[in-house]
Amino acid sequence: MKQPDNLQIMDVSEAEFDVPDMRQPIISIKDLTKMYDEHTAVNQLTLSIQEGEIYGLLGPNGAGKSTTILMMLGLTEPTSGTVRVCGLDSVRQPIAVKRRVGYLPDDIGFYEDMTGYDNLMYTARLNRIPELEARQRVDAMLQRVGLSDAARKKASTYSRGMRQRLGLAEVLLKKPEVIILDEPTLGLDPEGVRELLQLIKALSRDEGITVLLSSHHLHQVQQICDRVGIFVKGELLVEGDVPSLAKGLFLEEALTLEVGVKPINSELIAELRKLPGVVRVEEQDGLLQIGCKEDISSALSRILIESGCSLFHLQIKQYGLDEIYHRYFEGGEPNAGESKQDTP
Amino acid sequence: MQEKVSRILRKTAQVFSGGGQDDAGVTVSATSTAHVTYAASAASRKAPHPFWIIVRKEMSDIMLSWRYVILLALMLLTCGASLYTAITSIKTAVPTGEAVDSFLFLRLFTVSDGTIPSFITFVSFLGPLIGIALGFDAVNSERNKGTLSRMMAQPIHRDYVINAKFVAGISVIGLLFFALGLLIMGLGLLTLGIPPTFDEFLRMIFFLMLSVVYIAFWLNLSIAFSVRFRQPATSALSCIALWIFFSVFYTMIIEMIAKGIAPVNPTHMDQLVSYQQTVQFLLRLSPGHLFNEATMTLLMPEIRTLSLFVPPEQTYGALPSPLSVGQSLLLVWPQLTGLIAAVLVCFMAAYMMFMRQEIRSR
Repeated sequence: MKQPDNLQIMDVSEAEFDVPDMRQPIISIKDLTKMYDEHTAVNQLTLSIQEGEIYGLLGPNGAGKSTTILMMLGLTEPTSGTVRVCGLDSVRQPIAVKRRVGYLPDDIGFYEDMTGYDNLMYTARLNRIPELEARQRVDAMLQRVGLSDAARKKASTYSRGMRQRLGLAEVLLKKPEVIILDEPTLGLDPEGVRELLQLIKALSRDEGITVLLSSHHLHQVQQICDRVGIFVKGELLVEGDVPSLAKGLFLEEALTLEVGVKPINSELIAELRKLPGVVRVEEQDGLLQIGCKEDISSALSRILIESGCSLFHLQIKQYGLDEIYHRYFEGGEPNAGESKQDTP
Repeated sequence: MQEKVSRILRKTAQVFSGGGQDDAGVTVSATSTAHVTYAASAASRKAPHPFWIIVRKEMSDIMLSWRYVILLALMLLTCGASLYTAITSIKTAVPTGEAVDSFLFLRLFTVSDGTIPSFITFVSFLGPLIGIALGFDAVNSERNKGTLSRMMAQPIHRDYVINAKFVAGISVIGLLFFALGLLIMGLGLLTLGIPPTFDEFLRMIFFLMLSVVYIAFWLNLSIAFSVRFRQPATSALSCIALWIFFSVFYTMIIEMIAKGIAPVNPTHMDQLVSYQQTVQFLLRLSPGHLFNEATMTLLMPEIRTLSLFVPPEQTYGALPSPLSVGQSLLLVWPQLTGLIAAVLVCFMAAYMMFMRQEIRSR
């Protein structure tokens, strides 16, 4: 129950310029392993997240993201390894951890016959927030997520985006130090995704809340994450911020130019290959894909025009998470379902 | 048991009165901020324990649900019908022995003219239905709605959820049964004009408590099924199947077995006795049978023994007088223990399964 005051916000914003390794991580996971019978859901995961950071845990379905999150909250016991959140052991002190950590499950459900307001009040009471303070906080949170008008409507009438925002309001109710969001953008329309992500970003910046979010929607998460970790088959393959990940992976071709010219012939392609800095030239759907080490668009366009071709399209494509993702997942997605099979 | 129930009721009353101050809070917050801080600090001292918050919500959920209205209607019908049959037939059904006459009031629950069953028959038949109806979707519906994982993310112990479901269910059942039982007593008092003796009153209270224990068995069984099966329909069907098995088929099966193992030419009394004891033991594996034996003994003081063979040396010299409450209770003590054990076994099963399960979102 930390009260984020001005001093603390200052502290966080200053801290961003510091070397992050100097401080104690707010979430630290060491050699975490979770086995389900013979299947290894999470394998020797080591991860640390600094205070105030927005960390994106990326990976395909069944990669073990949700399992990792459950272990952080103490909802599932790890087979081996340790999880420490806010300096507390999640296995030994799950209640204390859950008091400081807000968790938004991927498909959040509310009591349908209760209003959004009542749903939040129930959670507030479970958190032992005194009645009057709970009312004020619920009102404030509903306003913050833009649900004040719908507060007295039944939760069954809420749209998917509204539910997600109500979930976020609920998570914020206990004034958490860390919020963990499992697939927060799943099933939202583009506008809803944008609003939700802006909200998350604002929370992190204004109140210094550490955010851990899992997703498989890469380009969405890319916009707000300070760091991302790519998680496949229970293992963390790589982590870092998006530009450094791209640099590490695509050392040869830092960017791709997509060029539309007429006419395209083999002589032109051969000529382009000779250009300094060009790694690869391919024709794809009537467009040329030119992989190069640096931005050569001005030199390229001059050459094209001098050679008498008509240039009608030129786009610089930077490598985003999508490309990074594909590089890692070439060879197909792991097939293991994330949820346990039910036996009715 | 009685102490526990009364403690639970007292706590529940506290929780409800805690809820009552909500409305006062709104007006306060509208008046002045100074007042609010004062009230808030006052409220923080008695922010109720999360367990009772869950119990309160579960109870209000049950009471506001359609199924509760239906069950209530069914129980009121039962009450009306059994009261009617008792009052119309009480004159003819009661033999004119002095000893029996003194327990006339208890006949309200047991007597029947043959067309409409008595109250205890109704309870032993409909009781399981009430238990099943309140418990069959306790855990799996929360799981399917995705509210369970949300609740688990709050700083509460996991077993609060299942304990609260049980406590809420049993409180509602207890309230319902005591209300109905006392209602019957009151109406009986009005129509018969004979007040019950203290002895009779105690017997009726014990009978109501016994009914609550019996229904608690079915409640726990259905909660266990709701933990085990992901679909509410599956768990409801399994519970109903067990209920029908015990109320219809079990006796038939035991009768078949009894025919099979019956001694052909009994040469000695002991053979018959051990045969009867085996059959009785098998019958007593059914909770319904235990309940019936116990209620009969409690409500009919003239029942002196539950075994079928009483050696002549034991009956010799015994006066054919009714038993006192304490003696009747002593007689049904094994049955009562058995029922409570069954309740605990079901609850433990549900508890263990629930604690071991992983709670994921939908």
